[in-house]
Amino acid sequence: MITLNVNGEAKEVDVDPATPILWVVRENLKMTGTKFGCGVALCGACTVHLDGKPVRSCSTPVSEADGKAITTIEGLAEEDGTFSKVQQAWVDQQVAQCGYCQSGQIMSATALLKNNPNPTDEQIDAAMAGNICRCGTYVRIRKAIKTAAGMSSETQEA
Amino acid sequence: MTDTKTSETAPKKGKWTRRAFIGAGVVAGGALVIGVAVRPDNPVERLSPMVARGKGEQLINAWVKVDADNIVTAIIPHVEMGQGVFTSLAQMLADELDADWSKVRILEAPADAKYVSHDIGREFLAPNLEVPAILEPTVGGTFLQLATAMNLQITGGSFSVRGTGQRAMRVAGAAAKEMLIAAAAEEWNVPAGELRAENSMILHDKSSKSAPFADFAAAAAEQGLPNKPKLKSPKDYKLMGKAMARHDIPEKSNGTALFGIDADLPGMKYAAVKAAPVVGATVESMNVDTAKSMPGVLQILNMGDFIAVVADGYWQAQQALGTIDAKYSKTEGDTLNQDALFARYASVLDEAGDEGGDVETEQGDVTEAFANAATKVEAEYKVPFLAHATMEPMNCTAWVRDGKCDVWSGHQAPLMARKAAADTLGIDTDDVTYHNAYLGGGFGRRSENDAIIMATRIAKATQYPVKMIWSREEDTMQDHYRPSATSRFQAGLDKDGNAVSWSNIHTHLFDPQEAPTVPYYNIANHKIRKIDVPTHLRFGPWRSVDHSQHGYFIESFVDELAHAAGKDGYAYRRELLAGSKRHLAVLDKAAEMSGWDKPLPEGHGRGIAFVPSFGTIVAEVAEVDMTGAKPKVKKIYVAADPGFAVNPDGFAAQMESSIAYGLTATLYGEISVKNGAVQQSNFHDYPILRINEMPEVEVGIINGDHKRLGGAGEPGLPPLAPAVTNAIFAATGKRVRELPLSKVDFA
Repeated sequence: MITLNVNGEAKEVDVDPATPILWVVRENLKMTGTKFGCGVALCGACTVHLDGKPVRSCSTPVSEADGKAITTIEGLAEEDGTFSKVQQAWVDQQVAQCGYCQSGQIMSATALLKNNPNPTDEQIDAAMAGNICRCGTYVRIRKAIKTAAGMSSETQEA
Repeated sequence: MTDTKTSETAPKKGKWTRRAFIGAGVVAGGALVIGVAVRPDNPVERLSPMVARGKGEQLINAWVKVDADNIVTAIIPHVEMGQGVFTSLAQMLADELDADWSKVRILEAPADAKYVSHDIGREFLAPNLEVPAILEPTVGGTFLQLATAMNLQITGGSFSVRGTGQRAMRVAGAAAKEMLIAAAAEEWNVPAGELRAENSMILHDKSSKSAPFADFAAAAAEQGLPNKPKLKSPKDYKLMGKAMARHDIPEKSNGTALFGIDADLPGMKYAAVKAAPVVGATVESMNVDTAKSMPGVLQILNMGDFIAVVADGYWQAQQALGTIDAKYSKTEGDTLNQDALFARYASVLDEAGDEGGDVETEQGDVTEAFANAATKVEAEYKVPFLAHATMEPMNCTAWVRDGKCDVWSGHQAPLMARKAAADTLGIDTDDVTYHNAYLGGGFGRRSENDAIIMATRIAKATQYPVKMIWSREEDTMQDHYRPSATSRFQAGLDKDGNAVSWSNIHTHLFDPQEAPTVPYYNIANHKIRKIDVPTHLRFGPWRSVDHSQHGYFIESFVDELAHAAGKDGYAYRRELLAGSKRHLAVLDKAAEMSGWDKPLPEGHGRGIAFVPSFGTIVAEVAEVDMTGAKPKVKKIYVAADPGFAVNPDGFAAQMESSIAYGLTATLYGEISVKNGAVQQSNFHDYPILRINEMPEVEVGIINGDHKRLGGAGEPGLPPLAPAVTNAIFAATGKRVRELPLSKVDFA
């Protein structure tokens, strides 16, 4: 048995420690918001946070999560379901199309804004270049990240 | 409606069905449901068991139900793969119904023959058919029969809004409104003409009476279906033409949206698969010594054309599959290599000469016009195979037991998927229940049945529900590809540079038939021919289908003609389009948006391209920076006339999306064959455009004909590649005649 901290909750799973976090989260914990895209850390669809840092869960064994906090897309909203600033910006800018990559996009954007609340265009592109969107929602992802950044500054002013 | 037996034989997992999400508003209450008027009878009785099972829900016709809380549900016979069709079709229905948009819900129609739309059949089989109003019911009935026979419940061809939306959703909404008003008129004992609908209420202004739709739902369903419900004129639209927020975006922003790959059943196992690398080959032998004793492994199956490992978890299945060493049979395809294939295209085209091949369209005398031309221009273009690379790899979950089967996936044609599963098992279609989910990208790939058939075969060989997931490698190597092609042109110009002859011969023609033709350009003599060069590789529709090749071929060549005539690409196309006001308006708008005549920095170039496709006219201007080692596409200006944009923001999103999809193909897209097998396998060797390469996009929409709408999902793509390569020519003088650009040396 491995004990994991997922979205603030302790979860026990009986898996091979080499199993990638992706499959543990999806199959053992039945949290399917994190997606399988390429299996080799090339597309970012599986992005989750380990202690707040974005990692590709398809290529990160669950053993690496020992003693660390895993955050998935399901853990971003408030308990009452209120969207995080980044999620709300995604809705406001009508980002998602097929939506399959968007969990990973939102996880990467959330990590970016945590470290850099007002990123430049170049910083956005650099931080998000690991996440492929086949529907090409990139124009709106840029806008949404700026919206989310603006929202945080407004909140501070208020 | 009272409780009825569920047609779902699988155990219900509250989590799975999207009905749970929609059901929140409709589970309790009284509901009403509505069918398309041209149907001979109101199918409410037959359909309610499938779509209005909630207590008190009332189906008014096939496509609308109303519940006791006055929630209106639009039943959509198309699948959502990111194109926003759930929302735009619901907008069309709700607008005609005068429903309160905040209380409109969406339900995907079940994969059942009763939900085949004759309008889908009609749009697919005879898109340009015009029939007198008096014959509409007959024609509608014929197409319904045809569509049912062909299991047409398909989403593709950019047909949904212009076909189903215009002919079914709007009609159903208008019919439901007339039925509700008729029911209210009876109840209140006033003439129907004194009643109107607004925000899901029926109002009688004279007496200031008003009541919600729900009060009349049951009585409305008893009304006869109106023969020709009156549709609104554009000045009365309240929802159509507005940028309504998409219904599916919130659940796609918090991880709760369910895709085919998210299917979950009690006792479910997982299958990893590897198909023979050369299509057509079979597994002759496999060494499973290591795999069979690996943890979690339950079954290792030689399925002939592929190997499947079934295990407790997908990763376990994949790990075991990776250890299997297999030998495959020899096939004729084994010797095929990409260079040889292009050489074969060339020799076939050489052999065809001036007269060979199949004539697709011919007018005037190209031979004479070309012989007498003042200037002669010739060029050959090539494009490679392309994979779809949907972000959600192909997958399907199936459970076969007791002579019945349940199938879960995301498919562009749920009824075809259902039939494919039934045929695979040799059972009746009625014994297969197909459950569709969101599609993690479609682009044509999910109109194929291969994954459905494979999963059904695996499930038949096991005793439990099995979720089969393809690796990215399988997804890349086992696609139904956009064909590679070669196209040759000859054109003659008169002394003023006007094109007087246009001759083209190209390999392959798949769909749409008009893709290689240029009827909108004023060229007196033209002849267009094709030659099929079959290979063992599987072809399939790829976003914009043949327009993806021919848009590039045609618009590159037009640019070459402009250059030969000493004119710029915009001015030259204006002359070719002279007299076509709608076409010119689109071309002019793109040029105007881009500031066509304004100077650009040194080493930068602008290119223009114009392609009408899927009923929508599109012109694009690309701005490209050629000062670096490779082309940098800075900005794309898109002008488009889809007739009428039902959801302008959704339409713009489809243009942005087509540009990203098209730019991936332009910059990198290449699937090549070696010894019969596809060489690319994952995103390292089949790269997809990333955010740092995404140009700015500006979209201008012209609503040029509200009566005949065009599509949104595909028409933005065909002009992209030639706009970019024409811009490269403008900046460097280098003409790109073969894609992708990654193969071109710009040093």
